[in-house]
Amino acid sequence: MSAVRTLVALLRDPRRARAVDPAHWTEVLAVARAETLAGTLAYRLEGLALPGEVVGALAEARIDAAEARRTALWEANRVALALRPLGHPVILLKGTAFVAAGLAAGQGRAIGDCDILLPRPLLDHAEKLLVDAGWEWMKSDPYDDLYYRQWMHELPPLVHGERGRMVDVHHTILPLTARPTPDAQALIGDAEVLDGGLAVLCHTDMIVHAAAHLLADGELAGGLRNLWDIHALIQERGMEGLETRAAHHGLSFAVDRALRLTHALYGTTVPARWQRLTMIDRLYRCRMMAREGWARERHKALRMMFYIRSHLIRMPLPMLIRHLWIKWRKGKAATGSG
Amino acid sequence: MAGPRYRAAAAALLIVEPLDMFTAVFHRPSGVTHLLNEPAPQILEALADEPLDRDALLARLAQNFDLGEADGTAVLQARLTELETAGLVDRV
Amino acid sequence: MRVGPVGFRIGSDWHAPIAALDALYRDYPRPEFADYSFRLEAVSPWRRRVRPSVRVAGDYWLPDASPLPLAQGLLAAEMGMNLQVALGHRRHLLLHAAVVARGDRAILMSGVSGAGKSTLALMLSHRGWRFLGDEFAMIDPDTGLAHPFPRPVSLKNESLSLIPEGCRTGPLLTGTPKGDVRHVAPPAAAIAAMDEPARPALVIFPRFGFPSALSGLAPTETFMRLTQASTNYVAMGEAGFQALTRLRAQVPAVALDYPDGEAGVAAVEALWEAL
Repeated sequence: MSAVRTLVALLRDPRRARAVDPAHWTEVLAVARAETLAGTLAYRLEGLALPGEVVGALAEARIDAAEARRTALWEANRVALALRPLGHPVILLKGTAFVAAGLAAGQGRAIGDCDILLPRPLLDHAEKLLVDAGWEWMKSDPYDDLYYRQWMHELPPLVHGERGRMVDVHHTILPLTARPTPDAQALIGDAEVLDGGLAVLCHTDMIVHAAAHLLADGELAGGLRNLWDIHALIQERGMEGLETRAAHHGLSFAVDRALRLTHALYGTTVPARWQRLTMIDRLYRCRMMAREGWARERHKALRMMFYIRSHLIRMPLPMLIRHLWIKWRKGKAATGSG
Repeated sequence: MAGPRYRAAAAALLIVEPLDMFTAVFHRPSGVTHLLNEPAPQILEALADEPLDRDALLARLAQNFDLGEADGTAVLQARLTELETAGLVDRV
Repeated sequence: MRVGPVGFRIGSDWHAPIAALDALYRDYPRPEFADYSFRLEAVSPWRRRVRPSVRVAGDYWLPDASPLPLAQGLLAAEMGMNLQVALGHRRHLLLHAAVVARGDRAILMSGVSGAGKSTLALMLSHRGWRFLGDEFAMIDPDTGLAHPFPRPVSLKNESLSLIPEGCRTGPLLTGTPKGDVRHVAPPAAAIAAMDEPARPALVIFPRFGFPSALSGLAPTETFMRLTQASTNYVAMGEAGFQALTRLRAQVPAVALDYPDGEAGVAAVEALWEAL
């Protein structure tokens, strides 16, 4: 079995770990790292009787995950502190939300930036508060800046001057230029409040967001991990109300596909109608499993297809062409003056 | 008019290692190691039991410790702000 | 292959670097499991044949690193191994230091990548000291012991004349970013003892090429130098803090200036006697 298939099989059923030989463990680890699933794998396999060196390597992955958790929670703490004058809970998204809410999806999770959601009218004030508290803008190019503010669902990224961590401030979960328009007010209105001025999306919204992020907003890189988030969320708190909520946000297609895929790969408990893959689903699965034993990506043509698709999703075609034209011109200007 | 009251991060959140003039403090929530010079360790100690506002803190410190400058308030305010940014101290 | 507690799986787009590694690491164990995998890759498909250029890609890598010509493939492999450990290792606190031991006690010679500590370590290893490594000291966070990581020493430029007789060496690599480089395998006994740790008894911060001088260090300065010398201190969290403060508290530390290799060796031996 290929290393990536073994990885998926182990996440799905950790007891299969006993059948993996040492050389194959090397490959599985390499693929797990490339898919940012090493920590998740390590937690799934914790306590199993495995070869000593493998146990050691997995222990290191758990250490990394624990540090990622610490850093993410501290960053959220500092963001909430800076945004206290807003008088509105700071809604955490993605990995930071999972660990803040103590969810199974957060166990072993690698976490990058701090993603937060706020009502659109508060964004200007939030921006000012963050900059006052030591965050700085990353993009200084006026076109990129305009692109972000007008068409994207988030402010341009802010980086903290000392800590160097990024915070992404969203006002909805998909770009404004993309076709499905989720109900941002419902996302915010139904959020569940935690301590310390923080909040997280309600359970079904978390799944809808993960599905949207996985399928409607990206090239599917890191798909195995995003799909695992969905699997862990459903296994922990079920699916009740998910269909209705997905329809409300106009994201039924994304959630349906995510459910079919997560059942096929991870064996998630879902009703019968999501237990079969369509032809297109299989393309997605192929894209998500496109790694070989050295964790290099395979299926270049397929990846290119998904890359192009991700841009088409973000913008209508005429806009995309204008956008790419401007970027090309700027690229030329930069090299010309070099 | 009393200003805000400050308190030190709970003892369980810190690992303190005195060195010489400096004290190394590992702050668990942030994972950051701070090298604190006087009067910071003394401030943390004073704020460990009960929250104090700046003037009360100044008085408490002056009992055991010489802040050295005529304007102890300004020095203290600066240190408090640093400690707050680091998360070693928060406002109640 | 395995070095101390770390196993590496190394792949390559060309045969030559692998052959060079095989020769240099002939006496090292060949485990089935490797902690880290990385590849020596051509920068682009046509650069496989035409002016072949190597970059490192794998579990851990630096995106901006400059590629090296294929002739220096062995250097790229060494850099690759350093990268995996520096960026990924969490089982021990890492310090940029050379380590030698007598009996079950060790000296850590801490300094930035350079000929100073490596050359001293190599010279000492041919005068009755056991060689535990010249790039990374690995300190067990639970026991405080230094675990061997005895990779071949890379000597540069003037230090090349100091290579003792009868050592297994790699090829002479010229025109590298650091000048002329040659790798020297540690004594066979050091490789055979790679699983035997030693207790740190002395920390030295050496400075090569200065008139002989010795000074003690205040606790804060030692602490700061040790944190600066560690690549994974922050990533280790509490365990890193505890390991480092314990090392600082239990092991004496000195700054040593020395004008040349022989003087350095003599100074180290004198310090050891005085312990």
